[in-house]
Amino acid sequence: MSLALQDNIGVTTVAGDRTRRARQLTWFLALLLAGGMLLSLAVGASGTSLWSGVFDLVTGQDLALRDKVVLLDIRLPRTLMGVLVGAALAVSGAVMQGLFRNPLADPGLVGVSAGAGLGAIIAIVLGGLLPAVVTDKLGYYLVPVAAFAGSWASTLVLYRVATRKGRTSVATMLLAGIALGAIAGAISGLLVYKADDAQLRTLTFWGMGSLAGATWTKLLAATPLIVAALAVSPFLARGLNGLALGEAAASHMGISVQLTKNVSILMVAAATGAAVAVSGGIGFVGLVVPHLLRLMVGPDHKYLLLNSALLGAALLLVADVISRIVIAPAELPIGIVTATLGGPFFLWILLRQRGLLDM
Amino acid sequence: MLKAQNITVSLGKSEILHDVSFEAKPAQLTAIVGPNGSGKTTLLRAMTGDAEYSGTVELNGHDIKTARAWELASERAVLPQATPLAFPFTVLEVVRLGLNSGVTADKGGLVMRALRRVGLAGFEGRFYQELSGGEQQRVQLARVLSQVWEPVTDDTPRWLFLDEPVSALDIGHQLQVMQIAKDYADAGGGVVAVMHDLNLTAMFADSIALISEGRVLRQAAPEAVLQDELLSRAYQCSVRVNTPPADGTYLLPHAASFAAE
Ligand SMILES: Nc1ncnc2c1ncn2[C@@H]1O[C@H](COP(=O)(O)OP(=O)(O)O)[C@@H](O)[C@H]1O
Ligand SMILES: [Mg+2]
Repeated sequence: MSLALQDNIGVTTVAGDRTRRARQLTWFLALLLAGGMLLSLAVGASGTSLWSGVFDLVTGQDLALRDKVVLLDIRLPRTLMGVLVGAALAVSGAVMQGLFRNPLADPGLVGVSAGAGLGAIIAIVLGGLLPAVVTDKLGYYLVPVAAFAGSWASTLVLYRVATRKGRTSVATMLLAGIALGAIAGAISGLLVYKADDAQLRTLTFWGMGSLAGATWTKLLAATPLIVAALAVSPFLARGLNGLALGEAAASHMGISVQLTKNVSILMVAAATGAAVAVSGGIGFVGLVVPHLLRLMVGPDHKYLLLNSALLGAALLLVADVISRIVIAPAELPIGIVTATLGGPFFLWILLRQRGLLDM
Repeated sequence: MLKAQNITVSLGKSEILHDVSFEAKPAQLTAIVGPNGSGKTTLLRAMTGDAEYSGTVELNGHDIKTARAWELASERAVLPQATPLAFPFTVLEVVRLGLNSGVTADKGGLVMRALRRVGLAGFEGRFYQELSGGEQQRVQLARVLSQVWEPVTDDTPRWLFLDEPVSALDIGHQLQVMQIAKDYADAGGGVVAVMHDLNLTAMFADSIALISEGRVLRQAAPEAVLQDELLSRAYQCSVRVNTPPADGTYLLPHAASFAAE
C-alpha cells in the first residue's frame, strides 16, 4: 500500500492525516462567516439597504437617520451578537463533548443552561419584589444578570457534587446535571403559575431564544466572558485530545488532567452563561456543529474548536436571517429555527450512535 | 533504575497490595507474573502514578509523587491493559497523540516508523474503531513507542510500562511485540511488562517478579523464579518446568493435577 500521496501542489499528505483538510476548511468557514455577516446586515424587516448605506458612507453623503439607526444600532449589534453567541454555543458544545468523551454531551445537558434559565425566570417573575433601588440600577439588565448568576451557581453546585478529592467524576457530573435540570425545571414550572400575561409572553419568547433584543449595551455585557472563554479554548485542545484515550492515558502522556477539566468547566460556564443571558435558550448549535465538523475533518480538537467557533457563528447568523424573513414583518424566535433544523439532526445522531448508547 | 519500596495499595475497602517491593533495571526486560487478581495491574498502576499508594516509587532517581505529569511523560510511556477511544480518530491520528509530549513536530516521520515497527504500515488511514482487538492493541503500542521513541536521552534511560501487551495477539505478533520490548531494553531503555504467558516470559525476561495475593513471592533472574514448587504454590496447580537444552525454557501446567477443590 502506498504510504504517501503527492498532491498537485507538491505537499505530501499521508493517508489518515486530515490536518490539511481541516486547515482548508477553516478558510472556507471564515469566508462563510463573512458572507453570513453581510447577509445579516443586509436583510431585515425595514427594507433598509446595506449597499446604499455603504455607498452613502463611501461617497461622503449623510445617511438618512432611519437607515443609520437600522444599520448601526439594530442590525450591526444583532449581527455581532449572533457571531459571539453562535461561537460560544458551538465551542461550549465541542469542549463539553471532549470532556465527557461523548458526542451527545452539551452544555444544556449538565444544567448550565438550565441554571441560567432559572435565574432569568426568577428575575422576570419575581423582579417586581426587589427594592426599587436594585431594579432601577439594573433596569433592563436584571434578567441577563440573574441568568449569569444562575449559570454560575449551577456550575458551582455541579462542581461540588461531582468533585471529590480534587477529581471530577464525569459520570456523576452528567447525572448531577440531569438532577439540576430537573430541579430548575420544577422551580421554573412553579414560577410560571405566578406569572401574569405580559410576563408569560416574555418567558415564552425568552425561552425560545432570540437575538432580536440585541443592543450595544447587551453586546458589551456579554463580550468579555465570551471572548475570554473563546480565547482560552485553544489551550484545551491537547488536553481534550488526550482525554479521548481516557484519563489515565491522558495523564501518562503528560497532560494535567485535573487542570484540563477545571478550565473546561469554567470555559463552558462562562460562554454558555453569557450566551443564554443575552439570547435565551438557543438549542442544538452546540450539538450539531461539532458533530458535523467531526464527520468532515475528524475529532482533533486542535482544529475542531476553531472550526466550531466559525461554523457556529455562521450557522446562527443564517438561522437568524431565516427567523427574520419567514413570517416577515413579524419574526420567529431563533430557537424555533435551530430546533426545527437541529431536532431531526439530533434524532439522526441518536440513530447512528445507538450502539454507543447501549454501553 | 525503577525502585518501588513498601508499596501498599487499598482499593475500596480491601488492601490489594501488602508492603510490596519491586525493582527494575534499565537495559533489562522485567516481567511481573502471577495469577489473575493477584495485583499485577495494581502494582503497575501504583508505579505509573495511577493508583494511590503508601510507600515510595523512584524512577531514574526521583520520587514520582513530586514529579510533574509532563516530566514523567518524557521519561516513561504506559500501555494500559485496555484503552478506550471516544471519537472516530484514524490510526495515524491515534499514534500522533503520543507525539505531543516532548517533540511537537513529527520529526523523521516517527508516526510512520512506529506503525511499521508494530507491523501496521498501510493501516494509517483506517478508523481505529474498525480494527480488530489485536490490531488496536498494536496501534496503542505504536502510540506508546512514539512517546518515548529513543530508549536513552541525555544518558537517562526511558521506560516502557506494558500491561499484558500481547493478551489479544496471535503467536506471531506475540513474538513480534516481545521482540520490540526486548530491542528497547537492549538499546538501553527499561521495560516493565505484566505478563500472562509464562513461556513467553521465560523466553524474553531478564528478571521476573512473581506475585501472589498481593505479595511478591520472589523477584530474581528467570531460572530462580521459574521453579516447580514456587510456581505450583503461586498458581495453585502443579507446574513442572522443563529445560530442554536446545529450545530454552518452557513451562506447561501438569495436565492431570489441577488442585482439586
Ligand atoms: N477498583 C477496584 N476496587 C476494588 N477492588 C479492585 C479494584 N480493581 C481491582 N480490584 C481487585 O484487586 C485485585 C487485584 O487486581 P489486579 O491488580 O487488576 O489483578 P491482576 O493481577 O489480574 O492484574 C483483584 O482481586 C481485583 O478484584
Ligand atoms: Mg491485570
